[in-house]
Amino acid sequence: MRNHIRLAAGIAALCGTAAFASEPPAPSDVVYTDTGAVEASLTGQPGDAASGAAIAGDKSVGNCVACHMISDLADVPFQGEVGPPLDGAGSRWSEAELRGIVANAKKTFPETMMPSFYKNEGYIRPGDAYTGDAPSGPLEPILTAQQVEDVVAYLMTLKE
Amino acid sequence: MMTRTITAMAVALMATGTFAQAQDLVINGEIPITTRAPAPDFVPAFSEVISGWEFRSPETQQLETDDFENPGMLFVEAAREAFSEPLKEGGQSCADCHESPEALAGARAVYPKWDEEHGEVQTIEMQINECITERAGAEPWGYVSTEMDNMSALMSAVSRGMPVNVATDGPAHETWKQGEEMYYTRYGQLELSCANCHEDNYGNMIRADHLSQGQINGFPAYRLKNAKLNSVHDRFKGCIRDTRAQTFKPGSPEFVALELYVASRGNGLSVEGPSVRN
Ligand code: HEC
Ligand code: HEC
Repeated sequence: MRNHIRLAAGIAALCGTAAFASEPPAPSDVVYTDTGAVEASLTGQPGDAASGAAIAGDKSVGNCVACHMISDLADVPFQGEVGPPLDGAGSRWSEAELRGIVANAKKTFPETMMPSFYKNEGYIRPGDAYTGDAPSGPLEPILTAQQVEDVVAYLMTLKE
Repeated sequence: MMTRTITAMAVALMATGTFAQAQDLVINGEIPITTRAPAPDFVPAFSEVISGWEFRSPETQQLETDDFENPGMLFVEAAREAFSEPLKEGGQSCADCHESPEALAGARAVYPKWDEEHGEVQTIEMQINECITERAGAEPWGYVSTEMDNMSALMSAVSRGMPVNVATDGPAHETWKQGEEMYYTRYGQLELSCANCHEDNYGNMIRADHLSQGQINGFPAYRLKNAKLNSVHDRFKGCIRDTRAQTFKPGSPEFVALELYVASRGNGLSVEGPSVRN
């Protein structure tokens, strides 16, 4: 009986720490270097490059191609020219730098037009997604921690 | 460093002109439209202001050259009829005070403008509703409604070709400053200002859209996308919504201020509404 309780408590404690370890940091807790990079993975898990490619091309998710040309996504029509082409981004930047750019590009490029994808406060009149209405609850970042990691993994495959 | 390189690239691109300068715009072979004018001093970002017409495809541009092809003109015709219909049962019509729509030529070009009596800046829609309620004693039209959009299109149509000449000084100045501030405010979860898209990136593609300077000289605009007239505040609402922001309401003091400021950025361009856009 005693043993059982101890065991149960032990499992609960283990699960507790495990869940805590994989819980991504709140956007305001992400640590940026002076130059805007984020060294630590937001999830502790490697990102999935294929999923990252889908996120980058999809209008309703990352929509990176709204502003960036990505030759690797040639099948995605209407690529924008507001930001620089992302071809070769994985050679120009380290993984930590790319994570910082995707999470909050303003730490790398002050004042940049690029939206901050892992941020959920400090906005002027934020809305409920694209409805034009006031938000109904607390804001979520535009991309989840895992989606950020997936996009970073994808960018790392874009070599010169 | 990076930022500077990219800005320099953007400037170089713009200088060479990434958008086609098509033929001049002349409507019905008789109304020449000024689609480029020297930028006002308070717009240091560029030397020329350019009508949205120049950024559209040749097919869309073509539709605006002839009133029989411009679908917006059907709504102008509807407003022409409404002009002489009583605003309420047995009441007055616009024509009782204004001999003809043409008698109001030139009005559109100076709106929004300061209204002494009400002590506020008024858009042309507000002025139309003032006539309807205070002069004709009838019920106001919706700020964004078919009747209002049609009448606003008629007011533009009779002023086509005249230079936009909105006053930014005097009693309107405070409202104008409010609009200027809004123009540079980065709204919404995407944190984008009007200037991010229409000042820093006009001429560039954003997804499928060719960004213009976001001028309002062509409003109301007939959009092929939704096949109807779109008022200025409708457009502002859509652009702000697209930044994942909570928008302002059409007819709100905020949008009136923004309209005054944006209109003044196009001073010198011709009144062009109802324009055709995609
Ligand atoms: C609204 C426009 C916009 C969107 C959307 C956008 N970006 Fe950017 N991005 C920019 C701009 C502008 C820059 C240039 C930085 C500057 O301002 O100097 C940039 C820079 C970058 C860079 C560095 C460029 C290089 O290789 O030198 C990367 C990497 C990048 N973005 C990735 C992304 C990814 C991934 C997404 C989507 C998850 C995205 N961007 C969405 C506008 C955008
Ligand atoms: C994320 C980008 C973006 C932002 C931010 C933005 N717009 Fe736009 N706007 C567009 C696009 C795309 C179009 C359609 C193509 C065009 O005419 O530029 C457009 C069109 C317009 C037009 C129609 C121009 C014409 O000739 O038909 C006006 C007016 C306008 N915008 C004003 C504004 C104002 C004012 C703001 C700020 C409150 C704003 N926009 C913010 C993207 C944007």
